[in-house]
Amino acid sequence: MDGIIDFAYAIPVIGFVFQFVGYIIAVLPDIAPILLRAAVPIAFAALCGVLCERSGVVNIGIEGTMLTAAFVGWSSGVFLLPVIGTATGLPFGATPVLLVSLALALGAGLLVSLLHAWLSISVKADQIISGTIINIAALGITGYLNTLLARSSPVGAGAFARIDTPDFVRDIPLIGWVFEAIFAQGPIAISLIVVVIAFQVLLFRSRWGLRTRAVGEHPRAAETVGVNVIRMRYRNVLVAGLLAGLGGAFLSMEATASFQPGMTAGRGFIGLAAMIVGRWTPLGAFGAALLFASSLGIGQSIKIVPPTGELGVFLGTLPGQFFDALPYVVTIVVLAGLIGRSIPPAADGQPYEREAAS
Amino acid sequence: MEPPTVEAPTAVHAPALEMRGITKRYPGVVANDQIDLEVRPGEIHALLGENGAGKTTLMNVLYGLARPDEGQILLDGEEVHLTGPSDAIHRGISMVHQHFMLVPVLSVAENIVLGEETMAGPVFLDRKEADRRIIELGRRFGFEVDPEAKVGSLSVGWQQRVEILKALYREARILVLDEPTAVLTPQETEEIFAVLRRLAAEGHSIVFISHKLYEVLEIADRITVIRRGRVVGQRLPAETNEDDLAELMVGREVNLTVDRGESSPGETVLKIEGLRVNDDRGHEVVRGVDLQIRAGEILGIAGVAGNGQDELVEGLIGLRRPAGGRVTLNGKDITGKPVRSVYGEGVAYVPADRHRFGLVLSFPLTDNMVLTSYYQSPYARGILRDDAAIRALADERIEQFDVRTPSADVRAGTLSGGNQQKVIVAREFARDLQLLILDQPTRGLDVGSIEFIHRQAIAKRDAGTAILLVSAELDEVLELSDRVAVMYGGRIVGEVDGRSANKNEVGLLMATGGREGGDARTPDASGGTAA
Amino acid sequence: MALARRAWAIVALPLIAIILSIITGIIVIVASELLVRQQFNPGLAIDAYVALITGSIGTEAAIINTLVSATPLLLGGLSVGLAFKAGLFNIGAQGQFLIGALAAVAAGIQLRESPVIVAIPLTLLAGMIGGAVWGFIPGLLKATSGAHEVVTTIMLNFVAIATLAAMVAGPLDSPGSASPITRDVGNASLPIIFGRNGHAGILIAPLIAVLYGFLMFRTTRGFEIRVAGANPDAARYAGMSPRRLVIWSMTVAGMLAGMAGATELMGVTRHMTASYGTTVGFDAIAVALLGRTNPLGIVLAALLFGAMRSGSAAMQIQAGVPAELVGVLQATILFFLVASPVIQRVFRLRGAQAGLDEASTFTRTYSGDAAIR
Repeated sequence: MDGIIDFAYAIPVIGFVFQFVGYIIAVLPDIAPILLRAAVPIAFAALCGVLCERSGVVNIGIEGTMLTAAFVGWSSGVFLLPVIGTATGLPFGATPVLLVSLALALGAGLLVSLLHAWLSISVKADQIISGTIINIAALGITGYLNTLLARSSPVGAGAFARIDTPDFVRDIPLIGWVFEAIFAQGPIAISLIVVVIAFQVLLFRSRWGLRTRAVGEHPRAAETVGVNVIRMRYRNVLVAGLLAGLGGAFLSMEATASFQPGMTAGRGFIGLAAMIVGRWTPLGAFGAALLFASSLGIGQSIKIVPPTGELGVFLGTLPGQFFDALPYVVTIVVLAGLIGRSIPPAADGQPYEREAAS
Repeated sequence: MEPPTVEAPTAVHAPALEMRGITKRYPGVVANDQIDLEVRPGEIHALLGENGAGKTTLMNVLYGLARPDEGQILLDGEEVHLTGPSDAIHRGISMVHQHFMLVPVLSVAENIVLGEETMAGPVFLDRKEADRRIIELGRRFGFEVDPEAKVGSLSVGWQQRVEILKALYREARILVLDEPTAVLTPQETEEIFAVLRRLAAEGHSIVFISHKLYEVLEIADRITVIRRGRVVGQRLPAETNEDDLAELMVGREVNLTVDRGESSPGETVLKIEGLRVNDDRGHEVVRGVDLQIRAGEILGIAGVAGNGQDELVEGLIGLRRPAGGRVTLNGKDITGKPVRSVYGEGVAYVPADRHRFGLVLSFPLTDNMVLTSYYQSPYARGILRDDAAIRALADERIEQFDVRTPSADVRAGTLSGGNQQKVIVAREFARDLQLLILDQPTRGLDVGSIEFIHRQAIAKRDAGTAILLVSAELDEVLELSDRVAVMYGGRIVGEVDGRSANKNEVGLLMATGGREGGDARTPDASGGTAA
Repeated sequence: MALARRAWAIVALPLIAIILSIITGIIVIVASELLVRQQFNPGLAIDAYVALITGSIGTEAAIINTLVSATPLLLGGLSVGLAFKAGLFNIGAQGQFLIGALAAVAAGIQLRESPVIVAIPLTLLAGMIGGAVWGFIPGLLKATSGAHEVVTTIMLNFVAIATLAAMVAGPLDSPGSASPITRDVGNASLPIIFGRNGHAGILIAPLIAVLYGFLMFRTTRGFEIRVAGANPDAARYAGMSPRRLVIWSMTVAGMLAGMAGATELMGVTRHMTASYGTTVGFDAIAVALLGRTNPLGIVLAALLFGAMRSGSAAMQIQAGVPAELVGVLQATILFFLVASPVIQRVFRLRGAQAGLDEASTFTRTYSGDAAIR
């Protein structure tokens, strides 16, 4: 077996592909949990996008929503820490202050998306402009408040912890690492899996799902059979805001325990790309998010633990920033390659005019 | 689900539906002015009026989509206040809209149950039960429907049946059909009429909205005519005729047929040989078309929408690359040439979708008037535009073609449909043309504008232009064309003389392409039947 | 009288938006002071605005500073504005700015000893080409594959940051310094014309604005761009090629943003570090929206935002209010502009022009409703 592998590696040019595959196979069990973790914010952003666009609302402001939630989650911890305290004993290292902060972060996601919903649905402003304003505003306000806060050397409330998988799970031959990757995570990451499955089932088999899809494809048809288009859109955008809030809270309360200005780093937009690649389905969006996260994760992995052999030498000559840029380049390539064949909900982005005011 | 008991029409009962003194005002216009309408159980009652007369507003009021400023609605003699479509549906009123309210990507079953979903528990849908009910309902009215088919893949006639099923699924007692035959062939129209008569026999009341006189005379038990928001007359079909109804509809004596005179065609201007064109998805929808048009002649293409007409025109003019075949204009090969060079050969095109292709609604009339000529002198010298020349042109054309507008600076979007079409006509008709292509030129227009445009077309013909007319209105095609070609499944399946054409014959060709029989199973959009 | 009414109709909404945002700013300053330091200090807001105003137009130096800040905003605003007119949303002005600066510094270093009359134009040209390339890519992608420029340009922004860092740390790094830094561009710098830092770019930018106006409203190409932006289907019907116009527009927009980056580099910093960057790209969006994609409006909006930016440093130093407040003010101005139908009702304005006409096109192309063919 080894002889065959060495032979494959030695083939000029194509050998690099084999070396690369071999590298990934070798390194995957170790980086799988990291990949999943990197996918979480992207996936939540993508799910938020799916819910909004399936209802007919374009939401470019997911990035700003996540950023706001991340900031609110962390800064609430700073303020509430002396007040609420850190009595432990709950799973995931969930202290009361963390729980309250999480609730506030979700509330922030809710409020920001309420703003977008109001501008898009009631004011009927252009939805891309509305989303961009939210992004600019979020960047400004969080940066502003963060600068103010930083002056007083704030102490955060920590972060949610991951559960330890029992040894027997880890030792399952061949696929043990998959289970570990899924379960050796914090609460928000695990909730992602639940949300994806639930959302996928509900969207295509429940009454709510049917009405949502109708509203996003042909709102007037839905209205004529008695579905309240405006109310459905508002509700869905608000729930989507909760999803974005989870994504943002993950960044500052689970993946790390702090806030950096602009820490979303484009994940909101990569999430939109994942939504498109995933054909506006929750499961597809999750898969696409994993794909994009992989480019991020593998890039980092190559930087830190480069592959051996010629491939490693070659990759070592590339500047470190190449791997920083990799996920963004991958996004562009995938988007350009696939978008021609993907069709969004028909009424996406079009404000809905009620037939006649009563 | 039991059908309602049959009521003998002569029994003295309260009418199933009565609308009394309905008045509805919108800013600047009274859409409905003291309208009375009364429909008995088991009756097919036609509401006749031209575009913009107020029929749709009245039905929106009935359906709960609009609240009347004055007046009452009574169902079975009892006054009701409708709060919205849900309310109307629950009271047994169902509407089949002119532009189908169907979601193309959803299945037949999903479209039918939407809003009145058949549930398995509080959250999830019960697909099996819904499918079962739908199949059964279809059978009762004589057609087999596949509940899982995607609505977008159905032919227009079948989509209409789905719309009717939607109403019946909700146990509607009063069915309102808004221009139901606008997109049907004569054969499909007969089939729908048969369904309607069965429904009426079972006691349903039907309100049939239309502007097509002969249909109304054929199907209705009573006819109410509306003009400018008011009821101007009520007739029994036996007591009236088309001319009488037309006069009521328009308010003056109407020449139903434009005097088109004799045409004296000259040389062949346009020759299409074996043209093949693909649609956006790469399917071949124009499958080898041969046509010829001579100077001073109008060739009309009749056909149900979706048989390749749009792609034929686009392939002809350069908006779409043909996949094969040849197009020659006065002997010159123009196959696949870009639009602008085709225009330059003396071709003009009045598009079917005037908002989408013909105008830029947010731009002033001046810009719209030079939309296809802005780069030519005198409107531009090199890359510099000459605003004065553009303005002069616009003013002149507006005058010439009687476009009703306060000035040439207003945005095109503020004009009425008829005036918008006049702008396009003014722009395209006002030069010497070899070939003029008219695509649905009078869709949605009022009678006055229709007359105007028909006269302009005849004038162009008499001036020697070859005209290609594509229209879904068979009447319009038969009225204007010197020759009529029928398009079915991407091919020309028949050509007849315009004057001597038998409407039923043409309609049969449109519906079947010359093959035997129709089919009661759900066919797909290309006209073939699902395997 | 009619002229005054027309002027009011155009100016009313932006003016009200600005006033409302000033009020919002006061609220934000006071509220955050309350929240973070548990102090109620309305005077702080007054101090902040006073510092903002003096720091932007209070002295001759301040005014020059404002003009210098406004220059890249003006060019960036024209870039975004042109894209808007074409029905495109150029959020990538940021990346095009950076690449333009990068190309300028690379060329400038080569030309640092050359005669000024050669060095300056060539370096400027390099910046324009760099930006044009960075605009061409998303334009091409949009025209051929339909990939919406909103996502691709933002991705390219991040790629630009990484590219810049890699270049400055690598080939462009000047030897003999601990942290990555390039040499300065010597003779390729824009000469100082006014005061201490008023560089020649201050005069170039308004000139470009005039050219922009001329292009958009007096030429056939401008007409084509506007038609394609308003209704791509009608553009095809009219014999135009929306596809080619999209590529052309994004390339020229990239060129303008690249010029912004080049002039900023050549006039202000004259060299580059690995973390070179400003938020000019996003401010340019605000400028274009506030200026209604109209050349005069963009000039005024650029001056306003340039003033805010210039004064924000003084505001931070003198009043202790973080400079990011300016970002908040910008966002609220845009918010009130976007919510204009509501404002119109509240202030009973009739005839005031609302929003952005071309906006519907870029949303429709995003959702695939209008295809670029």
